[in-house]
Amino acid sequence: MNGSEDPSRLLRFAAPALIAVLLVALWQWLVVAYEVPPYIVPSPMVVLRTLIADRALLADALSVTVGIALTALAIATVVGTLVALLFVQSRWIEMSLFPYAVLLQVTPIVAIAPLIIIWVKDTRVALVLCATVVAIFPIIANTTLGLRSADHGLLNLFRMCRASRWQVLLRLRVPGALPYFFGGLRIASGLALIGAVVAEFVAGTGGQGAGLAYQILLAGMQLNIPRLFAALFLIAAAGIALFAGTVWLSHAVLSRWHESEAVAPG
Amino acid sequence: MNLIAGLVTPTSGTLSWWGGDFATTGGPGRRLGFVFQAPTLMPWARVAANVRLPLDLAGVERTAAAASTDAALRQVGLADFTRHFPRELSGGMQMRASIARALVTTPDLLLMDEPFGALDEFTRQRLDGELSALWAARGLTIVFVTHSVYEAVFLSTRVAVMSPRPGRIIADIAVDEPFPRSDDFRVSTAFAQRCRQVSALIAGADAMA
Repeated sequence: MNGSEDPSRLLRFAAPALIAVLLVALWQWLVVAYEVPPYIVPSPMVVLRTLIADRALLADALSVTVGIALTALAIATVVGTLVALLFVQSRWIEMSLFPYAVLLQVTPIVAIAPLIIIWVKDTRVALVLCATVVAIFPIIANTTLGLRSADHGLLNLFRMCRASRWQVLLRLRVPGALPYFFGGLRIASGLALIGAVVAEFVAGTGGQGAGLAYQILLAGMQLNIPRLFAALFLIAAAGIALFAGTVWLSHAVLSRWHESEAVAPG
Repeated sequence: MNLIAGLVTPTSGTLSWWGGDFATTGGPGRRLGFVFQAPTLMPWARVAANVRLPLDLAGVERTAAAASTDAALRQVGLADFTRHFPRELSGGMQMRASIARALVTTPDLLLMDEPFGALDEFTRQRLDGELSALWAARGLTIVFVTHSVYEAVFLSTRVAVMSPRPGRIIADIAVDEPFPRSDDFRVSTAFAQRCRQVSALIAGADAMA
């Protein structure tokens, strides 16, 4: 609210930016000073030039990968929330099904991906499915925890007002679970991108709908290291953007009432 | 408390109120308000929405509910804070919002379970005074649980003293002092006498336990 005069707010952006500038400067200097060839470590300037030169190719790849990650995140959010809602309906359902959710989580995606890619005809659908499998667990786990953590006193109050099960769920459990849900979403946003990239690596799909992971694979094989770096940079940037997006969303929804997003009282 | 509120069913005996059996007279006929030890407000809802909750749950029509909410908030002196969120209020104000929520259904019986226990002495005294005035104005019955002898004597027409384990009512003392009671009552001889009487009973029960 009173951000402009707050020095800590400025520092939050300025400090990491300064570190980034220093690191890039150091990198540039090291590469130039020791005459490292670009096929081992390209200088930041070379990476930037590649980014600009290959922009059409890389932008296509970026949109494919981000598209897969976003679709997976959306599906994971919807399905994960529904599963969590199912879990809180009865302890029996949760006890019977939760181990399978854990199973999904602990089995490495690299191990499942080949199977999914064989089973599902459409590669794009297969990739989305892989990324969803990776991203769904934190949403299920956090949302279930949140729905279960309804305030005991408020539950009593709802009971005394003879609230229906539906009213308790919609008016008490769901709003109370929001902070937990957003915590899960934050983790899931990163995982969806990782899932998309890992699945692309396994699938190795080329041609028209090739994503960033394929560009990295290809660039590695062709020893086109500047392009590899450029693709890597784009993946990292996409990850940060996704994360920032969920943080912003969480802030927009929770800022007025939840302690985690509140501005220090003053 | 939980028995009266219907949260627990009695292991033996029956509850009767207004001369009838609780199970038949209770429920929709006679209305009940409840104030807990903590304010138990929904942190995501504004003060007005928190107070309106019992009406919303009962499916009361919107404009009628809004009018009752405004009236309840005015009674506890929170008319200017309807748009605030609970975390923006002080402990005493949160408790007032909680009382407004209990009053919004215009209950016949108000159950208060150590509502001011967590507040500082000054806020507690002020709220005790306000509650006493509210009680006189509304003509409702209040069952008030407290660990403070002074609070019990100041607020009550009858003080029921309970023993620790097993929890039984060991004495029922009438406080025949006129209402509204002001701060003058707190320093009167009658007040001191009642307090001594109640304290002695509690000390006696502790000695036996």
